[in-house]
Amino acid sequence: MSERVAIIGVGWAGYRPVSPEVSYKEWMYEAAVKAYADAGVDPRRDVDSFVTVAEDFIEGTSIFDEYVPDQLGAALKPVHTIGGDGLHGLATGYMLIRTGLANLVVVEGHSKASNVLTLPEITAYAQDPVLNRPLGLNTEFVAGLEMNRYLFETGTSLEQCAAVVVKNRRNALRNPLAPYGADLTLDEALEGPPLAWPLYHRHKSKHADGAIVMVLASGERAEVLSHQPIWILGMGWCNCAPSLESRDWNELRYIRKAANMAYQQAGIVQPNLVIDFAEIDDTYAYKELQHLEALGFCRVGEAGYLTEEGATEPEGELPVNVSGGSLGMGNLLDASGLARALEVVLQLRGEAGSRQLEEVEVGLAQSWRGVPTTSGAVAVMSH
Amino acid sequence: MTNKFKEFPGTPLSEGDFKEGKILFYHDQMKADFAWDTGVAIGSYLAALKEGYLLGGYCQTCRKTVIPPRTVCEWCFRPMDSYVRLEDTGTVNTFSLCYVTWDVKRIKEPELPAVIEIDGASPLHGIMHKLGEVDPEDVHIGMRVRAVWKPPDEREGAITDILYFKPFKEGES
Ligand SMILES: [Zn+2]
Repeated sequence: MSERVAIIGVGWAGYRPVSPEVSYKEWMYEAAVKAYADAGVDPRRDVDSFVTVAEDFIEGTSIFDEYVPDQLGAALKPVHTIGGDGLHGLATGYMLIRTGLANLVVVEGHSKASNVLTLPEITAYAQDPVLNRPLGLNTEFVAGLEMNRYLFETGTSLEQCAAVVVKNRRNALRNPLAPYGADLTLDEALEGPPLAWPLYHRHKSKHADGAIVMVLASGERAEVLSHQPIWILGMGWCNCAPSLESRDWNELRYIRKAANMAYQQAGIVQPNLVIDFAEIDDTYAYKELQHLEALGFCRVGEAGYLTEEGATEPEGELPVNVSGGSLGMGNLLDASGLARALEVVLQLRGEAGSRQLEEVEVGLAQSWRGVPTTSGAVAVMSH
Repeated sequence: MTNKFKEFPGTPLSEGDFKEGKILFYHDQMKADFAWDTGVAIGSYLAALKEGYLLGGYCQTCRKTVIPPRTVCEWCFRPMDSYVRLEDTGTVNTFSLCYVTWDVKRIKEPELPAVIEIDGASPLHGIMHKLGEVDPEDVHIGMRVRAVWKPPDEREGAITDILYFKPFKEGES
């Protein structure tokens, strides 16, 4: 059994709005080769277990587990696919090592969102088939309902949400992996017809294709294999009840509980005193604000003001989504959580190029599985 | 368990109950359209089918020829980037006689799915296809077969550019 777990290798392919020249298998392979070279491991010889995250409805293939071993070097090895976000995958790898079942685990997530021609229709299948789906609404309505109630209860303004869009897309300009970098004004972030008022179309992250692979190791193996292991100090995950009819739209208790689970393992009492930067879900701009509050970085209703004042800018007190987040890098479906975790790893290693933050020791990654879910996960890491 | 019960209390449902609207039900037709990017290896394979030949890949580490080609060898995890042109002949590795169609209709003349180990590829590497121009009773493991292609102007770069595989005797064309 290993008390400590580290990320010792990372690899990625993408991210781009479309990627017609590669198959998802070839992109998984590209990301995997990078991660294995980075970790200095041979998947055929060294890796004990493989975890991938994917949703059959999105892939268009049932029992998707069957299609992942070859391109990861996982043939004739323990491998399974979970229906969860990339951070759920990371949590699964973390558990495999913590329980002593494995010493070296590979976690993979990818998006070929451009290949799903009817993505809104597929997303509608996440709605309750008897009570909600017959109403025939685009699933984006759930974000509209949540945002409206959140603004109503907290006094957060549309402009404060727009400030998230401006910040993250500007951050993306310094990230070579990010396809949606832009220098927008607040007014421009609010332009165009709303998707589901008060949600404006630029407040929603656009999809991107890409793949991310990470190599996890037990403390013992990490010390031997890596000269800069990134330690997972804590991991938490939580789901609320699915009902739209009896949901607390304002306080995200599931994110709060997931965070507390991770903080407890990491021995963190006051997150804003310990955590230097965060990569959090911004599928929709208002979600970044809600998530900041649920993660305990500030009180409910304060995140909008902090954002407006620049506290979450790269040079602010708590840089948030220096990578550009999903608004800047693209929504990678269930690989989004791994994209957040990847930026935390790169920052902690000092490998984030021109967007590198100074003197960072502890970083946080958080994910949400998108509408209509109340499913989230949190990871706290350090070098 | 059910054989312990002599009577089944409750109300049985019939097709008519649905038709007459006696039951609350919700009909839904899933709209799930995908356009999978085939990528380098499978893309090349499909392009070759359109041209009327079979393309395999060669792993220099395992010294193995596989079909269809891939960009990575699943056994040694080395990149695979040499392509080889293969014959459109092979040997039946296994087959089945299917009397139920994909949409669950009974048929009298069976469909004949088979795995065909392609000549020039390493053992256990073949194509999943159907057999044709053969009496189902004559099909056997080890049978020699050859691809029957669609006419060139009807091919579209798909596995169905081969209509089926049919038996042949050595020396026949
Ligand atoms: Zn090989």
